[in-house]
Amino acid sequence: MLQLTDVHVRYGGIHAAKGVSMRVAPGGIVTLIGANGAGKSTILRAIAGLVPQRTGSIVFMGKEISGMRTHDIVKLGLTMAPEGRKIFPNLTVRENLALGSYSRTDKAAVAQDEERVFRLFPRLKERISQPGGTLSGGEQQMLAVGRALMSRPKLLMLDEPSLGLAPVLTQEIFEIIKTIREEGTTILLIEQNAFGALSIADYGYVLENGRITMEGPGQKLLGNPAVQRAYLGARVGAG
Amino acid sequence: MTWAVFAQNLVNGLSLGSLYALVAIGYTMVYGILRLINFAHSNIFMLGAYMLFYADLMFRLPWWLSFVIAVIVTAIMGVIVERAAYRPLRQAPRISALISAIGVAYFIENLGLVVFGGRPKPFPVPAFFSKSYQLGSVYMANIAWVVPLLSGILLFGLMVLVYRTKVGLAMRAISHDMETSSLMSVDVDRIVAITFGVGSALAAAGGIMWGLKYPQINPLMGTVPGLKAFTAAVLGGIGSIPGAMIGGMLLGMLEIMLVASMPALSGFRDAFAFLVLIVILLARPSGLMGREYREKV
Repeated sequence: MLQLTDVHVRYGGIHAAKGVSMRVAPGGIVTLIGANGAGKSTILRAIAGLVPQRTGSIVFMGKEISGMRTHDIVKLGLTMAPEGRKIFPNLTVRENLALGSYSRTDKAAVAQDEERVFRLFPRLKERISQPGGTLSGGEQQMLAVGRALMSRPKLLMLDEPSLGLAPVLTQEIFEIIKTIREEGTTILLIEQNAFGALSIADYGYVLENGRITMEGPGQKLLGNPAVQRAYLGARVGAG
Repeated sequence: MTWAVFAQNLVNGLSLGSLYALVAIGYTMVYGILRLINFAHSNIFMLGAYMLFYADLMFRLPWWLSFVIAVIVTAIMGVIVERAAYRPLRQAPRISALISAIGVAYFIENLGLVVFGGRPKPFPVPAFFSKSYQLGSVYMANIAWVVPLLSGILLFGLMVLVYRTKVGLAMRAISHDMETSSLMSVDVDRIVAITFGVGSALAAAGGIMWGLKYPQINPLMGTVPGLKAFTAAVLGGIGSIPGAMIGGMLLGMLEIMLVASMPALSGFRDAFAFLVLIVILLARPSGLMGREYREKV
């Protein structure tokens, strides 16, 4: 579904992605884990067309999308919920969701999708005419995911959805990601919470200093001693 | 001041204020989206009046049709200014775009002097507008109600566009965060172009009505009204559309009332507007309706 081949990204004199190749098969959850600053967000931003200087090939559903503009990439069915949620604080919950479906013209289906978002996140329905800026962090994350779903993506990219959330909310978000996948949306998930991400992922990639250093099925990576040492240590310590 | 004189001045203030409001909208919308003071906006105002002049005198079209054509042509010019002078600098430091704006302003002004000529031209005013009535002891020309009415209709249309349509939603979204808007499949370049088009159309309508009120036009005619409209936008809170409307109305009213109540000071009416600007910048830089400015992280 999505295939990256030898993708390099340089910006501000930093070589942030150094020949990354990875693929996302349809219907699954693929995760990209790595330390802070490893270049995870850069890769997602490169796929979404948000970083200008990039080389290598990015093919989505058989179409080369590197060099395409962001809004055209989204129209192909590749949507990203950005890091830090990026809710429009001045717009209401409903308006935020309406932006998610901005370029869609199938009104009936959009209304259906809005219902679906409210089914996944009942809290949003209660807050429908509140400005996004007044929501709590967890609610904003739900709105960010819901808003991304409003474009009816074929592939949904989530950049650190658990960032800054309480453990119980993190758990809830991971459950919802599983539900979204079961309802037919492929997911590419970036996480610092490697344990949570690998637990729900079908396949995982480990990124270090802009390079993929390990890959494999989620459960297998979870059991890999090197991964455990580098990324799951905090969990061993805490547990 | 008798009631009759007061009423007369109220009408004048309303009419001047609505023109300031029309022009202030363009400053505030562009600032809201690009954080750029579009210095060329006052030249767009001037171009609006000249486009009507040529549509009317050269092509002999009916006045209302000349008006529509002039507004559309000027809107396109506004879009061209954005495309040529601001879009290439979108990623550049803000000061570069500002300098570009000053350059464009001088360029259009001088192009106007070359193409239109420096000599003032008589602006075509259909008889309908100057026909006046006596209401009690108040004299009122048709133009006195046409200007606020037409401005009101245009401003209402703008509010509908910004707060009730998809394009307006996209405008409000990109004024907050361009990158995230593009992730919502909003074509940012297109929305910015529409914003310049709408702002320029309103400025053109303002320039034309200014010509109806003061029927002599010259290539520098936009400078003073442009600066005052900018003052109005700052007064209302730059970036805020309702603020620009209120600021424009307030400034027009204050200016007229100042001259009416203290005729000795009428020579200082322009200075007065800038005094208001200075006071606002010192006392409440975010303006009446503006939010405190927060740098985005």
